[in-house]
Amino acid sequence: MEWIDQAIIIGSRKHGEKASIVQMLTKNHGKHAGLLSGGSTSSKRHLVEPGNYVSANWRGRLPEHLGRVNIELERSFGAVILGEPKKLAALNSICEIILLVLPERESHNEIFMATLFLLQNMANEQDDIWLALYVRWELGLLGALGFGLQLSTCAVTGQTNNLAYVSPKTGRAVTMDIGLPYKDQLFVLPDFLSNGERNHGNASYKDIVNGAKLTGYFLEKHVFATLNKTLPPMRNRFFDLMNKEI
Amino acid sequence: MSVSEIEHLISILAKLPGLGPRSARRVALHLLKKPDQIMLPLAEVIQSTASTISNCGVCGNLDTIDPCRICADEERDVELICVVEEVADLWAIERTSVFRGHYHVLGGTLSAIDGINPNDLNIETLLKRAERPQLKEVILATGATVSGQTTAHYILERLQRIDVKVSRLSHGVPVGGELDYLDDGTLTTAINSRRLF
Repeated sequence: MEWIDQAIIIGSRKHGEKASIVQMLTKNHGKHAGLLSGGSTSSKRHLVEPGNYVSANWRGRLPEHLGRVNIELERSFGAVILGEPKKLAALNSICEIILLVLPERESHNEIFMATLFLLQNMANEQDDIWLALYVRWELGLLGALGFGLQLSTCAVTGQTNNLAYVSPKTGRAVTMDIGLPYKDQLFVLPDFLSNGERNHGNASYKDIVNGAKLTGYFLEKHVFATLNKTLPPMRNRFFDLMNKEI
Repeated sequence: MSVSEIEHLISILAKLPGLGPRSARRVALHLLKKPDQIMLPLAEVIQSTASTISNCGVCGNLDTIDPCRICADEERDVELICVVEEVADLWAIERTSVFRGHYHVLGGTLSAIDGINPNDLNIETLLKRAERPQLKEVILATGATVSGQTTAHYILERLQRIDVKVSRLSHGVPVGGELDYLDDGTLTTAINSRRLF
């Protein structure tokens, strides 16, 4: 069996003296591993850096085998952001979350496209729009895993504007008027999450941290708790860096 | 030496880097052919090295004395510490003879896939060393990889409360490198960290 697919490298581990077992997020084959011959050698080690966008050619006698993979580098997103601590922490967080929560070999085309879009923004854009995209990426991940939040209408009144809080029990938004008396028990809903894609550029660091508290809570509750794990340390580190900016 | 002992020798040699079962057999045969010239001296050296070598309590380097020869060398610059990932990196910098300060070996890098967190690395001892008043600069010489630079940023963050200059190795075009053959990341960092000619 053989396939060629677009992939993002999310991790690699040395295998034997020269080979590496590469973990990839592929466009059509989901999270997939493969053995890269010579992947630990100086000539190929740069290919398996986390965040690399590659063309992967996987071969195995049977589909359930680990298989061998050949990799051709398309773009190295990690290399472009090496000097930027927040982006580097976000990249580590993305890779760690995908490694931990996505099932093996189950196609998640939408997560691949969202991850690629986020990495492209992190590498290309000079402004901080990628921060809002990161929170949206986590929100999308929750949705793709079957735990989507209802943030576009009020759970009580059905209103679509003036949404300000989210219930930790239901994951549904409520308006300012409804939520204000219970605000200490609710999550703040930042504008950029309730108004679709229009306000990404206007999100403040405080909005980003509020958004991350929201997605972090539901990721931990619905995804990581079922795996007997807590949120990954790299994600915590990323938002520790964000908290320092407020 | 019986056949089973020879097989045992081959199986141990085959665990060395660069040696498979076939090449281990060749090495074993070579040792057996020249027991006085190679095999016994090698056995003695391995025995004595194994019993005397240890990690330096100051920097983490490998040596037969503690503190290691580099830490004990009074001619070295006490104002500089170069932080490296592994002992192999220390040896690589030593080969250049350019750096005459002290070292600090971390013992790896932060890694999600391998589950290595800050407590697994030699970072706390570095922070203690950085508090010494005579220290002026810490050079973060971790690899130009995602994990290497993540570790460097983490250490930088921890060192910020200490009054010490922190620098890192520059990234860019290698000596003898042609631009056409360089990857995008190296070229980007080379352009970003360009300097006046």
